[in-house]
Amino acid sequence: MSNKKSFYGRGLPNINPDELTGKLIIIEGPDCSGRSTHVELLKEWLEFKGYAVLNTGLSRSTLVGDAIKKAKQGNILGKTTLSLLYCTDFADQLENKIIPALRAGFIVLGDRYIFTLMARDIVRGASKEWLKELLEFALVPDIVFYLNVCPETLLHRAFSKYGQLDYWESGMDANFSSDMLESFIKYHNALQQEYEIMAKEYNFKIINGEDSIESVQNQFRRAIAEYLNIY
Amino acid sequence: MMKKVRELGKDKSYPGRLFVVEGIDGSGKSTQIQLLKKWFESQGIPVFFTEWNSSDLIKDYTKKAKKEKLFTPTTFSLLHASDFADRYEKLILPRLRAGYIVLCDRYVYTAYARDMARGCNSEWVRNLYSFAVKPTIVFYFKLPLETCIERILSGRVKLKYHEAGLDMGWSTDPVESFKIFQGIIKNHYDNMIEEEGFTVIDATLPIEAQQKIVRSLVREKLEGYKSPYREEETRYYFKISESFSKEESK
Repeated sequence: MSNKKSFYGRGLPNINPDELTGKLIIIEGPDCSGRSTHVELLKEWLEFKGYAVLNTGLSRSTLVGDAIKKAKQGNILGKTTLSLLYCTDFADQLENKIIPALRAGFIVLGDRYIFTLMARDIVRGASKEWLKELLEFALVPDIVFYLNVCPETLLHRAFSKYGQLDYWESGMDANFSSDMLESFIKYHNALQQEYEIMAKEYNFKIINGEDSIESVQNQFRRAIAEYLNIY
Repeated sequence: MMKKVRELGKDKSYPGRLFVVEGIDGSGKSTQIQLLKKWFESQGIPVFFTEWNSSDLIKDYTKKAKKEKLFTPTTFSLLHASDFADRYEKLILPRLRAGYIVLCDRYVYTAYARDMARGCNSEWVRNLYSFAVKPTIVFYFKLPLETCIERILSGRVKLKYHEAGLDMGWSTDPVESFKIFQGIIKNHYDNMIEEEGFTVIDATLPIEAQQKIVRSLVREKLEGYKSPYREEETRYYFKISESFSKEESK
């Protein structure tokens, strides 16, 4: 794998990817797959090893993070508008958090990336070609992990985490079913299929998210250690 | 590499009519579209008017980001696209599909011109907006750059930061920067005339002469058009629902 950074497509105006000396490591996976737990554990481990670490996630931008929250509360958004708001949020974090950190030599741990944005929109009927070109300003990460967890396991984790099913995480806006439980399973099956297609195209390292936390964390650490030459 | 999907409104047709005005600041386009709106209303034809940057959901975030200078060319482009998409999905497309007439003060071409002027790639911007339908007519109000600049500078005291393109760092003097920025935008508009099929209106003509041309071109496109709006019926339903809500509140 080359250590030079590049964009998927035409890239961002005024950014030279050669100046970005840090590492970009992404963890993808559905809600309740354990992403944030592992990001936290990896951050501690990497800092212990002497690396500066920044973690980022989706819909946390200063620019539109609040707009997304507000819009979702009222369910008053069209599909294209929601796609574009997520994309705005991502671009803002990429330009104002991720790129400056990479320029300063940080390891950036991304809790989800453009693949979640694409999967979520594709199962709602958006054109894949449109999305790929829209998001082509994204940097190609050094490593993309995908935490694979079957929809039934996600369902049980969702119950124990939130006590009930969430409208958006059950994909209720995607018209799979008017029944929330049925919708949840169908929605996550559809997402899983999309992630599997992308896994080949974008070279994901697939990790079985149903293994124990220790085992999953060790798999992450081994792969990262190898990439960074940490002994 | 990737398939070209950026053709505006491919395989989308609609029974309504969409009339758009475009042009740089000070070209007089807003005056013209307001006069067109009046003309429709005087004939009892319902029209819907919408302008750039006016989504209830998004405009406040745009305002805040402008004020606090949070934008890069890419996020500037994307947030304006979100504003457009919100109005498009909620206000514009449903009405066109229901057979209504929609008037837009600025459409995707404003974004093409401004985003390209800020350094965004032209094909990327076109792909971004490829979900939108093609208008029935796009009126481009064309006049010499110097005239537009004179109009703006004599009418208003202070140029806004982004309007003057000060975020691009071409010049620290707002007036100089504004001139450069508007010049680049005008070039982009002029280049789109043929490619996008603009109807060019000579904006140096008197207002009423321009409006006469606009109306006659619009009239041609109304041949065979029948407004779906049935006033009597709608009034009747409103009355019923009003009396229902009165009942409920008792």
